[in-house]
Amino acid sequence: MIGATFVLALREIRRHLLRSFLTILGIVIGVAAVVTMVTLGNGATEAVREQIAGLGANLLQIRPGQGFGRGGGGPPPRDFQLDDLDAIREQVDGVRVVAPLAQSSGIAVRNAANWTTTINGTTADYFIAQNWALTAGRPFTAAEEQAGRAVCVIGATVAGNLFRGEDPVGQRFRLRDVACEVIGTLASRGQGGFGADQDDVVLMPIKAVQRRFTGNRNVRAILVQVDPDYDKAGVTAAIQGLLRERRNITGAKQDDFNVFDTAQISETLSGTTRILTALLGAVAAVSLLVGGIGIMNIMLVSVTERTREIGIRLAIGAIGREVLLQFLVEAVVLACIGGVIGLLLALVATVALAPVLQVPFIFDPGINALAFGFSALIGVVFGYFPARRAAALNPIEALRHE
Amino acid sequence: MTTAADPLIRLRGVTKTFGRGPSAFQALRGVDLDVAAGDFVAVMGPSGSGKSTMMNILGCLDVPTDGAFLFKGVHVERLTRDERALLRRRYLGFVFQGFNLLARTSALENVELPLLYRGEPPKRRRETALAALEQVGLVEWRDHTPAELSGGQQQRVAIARAIVTNPAVLLADEPTGNLDSARSVEIMELLQDFNRRGITILMVTHEPDMAAYARTRVHVHDGRIQSQGLAA
Repeated sequence: MIGATFVLALREIRRHLLRSFLTILGIVIGVAAVVTMVTLGNGATEAVREQIAGLGANLLQIRPGQGFGRGGGGPPPRDFQLDDLDAIREQVDGVRVVAPLAQSSGIAVRNAANWTTTINGTTADYFIAQNWALTAGRPFTAAEEQAGRAVCVIGATVAGNLFRGEDPVGQRFRLRDVACEVIGTLASRGQGGFGADQDDVVLMPIKAVQRRFTGNRNVRAILVQVDPDYDKAGVTAAIQGLLRERRNITGAKQDDFNVFDTAQISETLSGTTRILTALLGAVAAVSLLVGGIGIMNIMLVSVTERTREIGIRLAIGAIGREVLLQFLVEAVVLACIGGVIGLLLALVATVALAPVLQVPFIFDPGINALAFGFSALIGVVFGYFPARRAAALNPIEALRHE
Repeated sequence: MTTAADPLIRLRGVTKTFGRGPSAFQALRGVDLDVAAGDFVAVMGPSGSGKSTMMNILGCLDVPTDGAFLFKGVHVERLTRDERALLRRRYLGFVFQGFNLLARTSALENVELPLLYRGEPPKRRRETALAALEQVGLVEWRDHTPAELSGGQQQRVAIARAIVTNPAVLLADEPTGNLDSARSVEIMELLQDFNRRGITILMVTHEPDMAAYARTRVHVHDGRIQSQGLAA
């Protein structure tokens, strides 16, 4: 009987192609929305995780202030000094590389080209801590760092805008009013976790930046690469203790600096995108539910419209259960067709949108199976009520129905 | 349960009341009727006489309020809704005044329908349905939908659908009511033909010309059988 019921359901769907299409439109859109949202959301989570992991493994960032970013009121937190780095390097076990960061910005000019960019002052250790390779040239030498010479390693964006395809290494350009020599170019990293272009940067020895751009001896941030054999939490605590001592923070007074574990930032951020994904998925799931109500509407109309047909079937000898099954199978088959079309639509949408949104396309069989299963379930749930109504019809009255 | 003495159909003291209380309407007021296997009965009577109610009960679509309806010795009034459906599927065929074919469905698929509910395999279903269409002379119209057929042709498809299961009884409710006289004669001759091949026919009509094709005529008036006799 099931086989025959399937034949009947498919015939009925084929007979009313337009109506069937309109019936499943809600399911199609619902499934497509859920799968697209969740797939793109997962891609975004993965992208954030990858980008932050790309900052460097086992990396600690030390910044002044409390919390992530600048604190609220009170005097601005004190920046670090270069001898803080020496102290960390000498007194904390498990520290592999320590790099300072002093930040400024300015216009870079070469011939007719000019470009406003970020100027980061640091040391050669920065490339190790950030795990950032050079595509050409070399990092700073110790002598250049010591003398604060105006040499620089430039990011791919700066190289592209100033040199337009020429080899920048060995060439000169003007940064604000300082003439610098390009000694190396950085590998491209693309967008960072917050959408900033990581390649839009000029790296110079920190002493050069301090002397010529920031005008002070302050260090805005310290990057510490931890030896993987050591416990990161232990190293973090040692650094905190050392810096409290050096900054005269005693007793119960709060730190006026922060040690971030980039792996933790990664977890926090991908946790945020996961929550956003779940929210978007939930909104889309509501539209799937609405699609199910659409199916029920049309099936109820269909039962009324086909009352006479049901009467004929009952007179011929269909038992109530068979009529119920026919309408139920019809609803489920419709919902499943809608689910499949929705999945295909989602596949097209995610493949098309992923590059535009700069997130990787990650096919998630789980959400696809879930969305399809849910659409089938919606067919059963919302098909049952109209089907039961059809099965309960009185054949005599149904036959008389116009 | 069935004995040689039992007629195919036996109604005893059948009443049917619609509604209850002061607005109750008694459509049948105690009907006794015996129909022997192989008979061709024309049920006649003015509208409102209760003949349709009687046909619904005889077609196992409805149950009497009181009294007994024995079909092949089985008390139909004691059966459940589903049991009556199975009885219809096994023994009865229906022909209606309005043809009642499934719209947008080919003649062949319409005729196959009862076989589908009997669970016949597709190949047998098709062969049997084609044979039935052959018997009503519409085999070459098998792929046409009802909208593409004339009234007479539609009724012949309906008859093919009714006899495709080789039923014991064919119930026809005003089968010529929507047809002109030439088509009506064709349909009646077809019914007569199937009756000669052993199918018992119960037909409701108000046209004496059509009743003349039957072997037995039953007049219903005011919920009672007024006269029963051989056709002229």
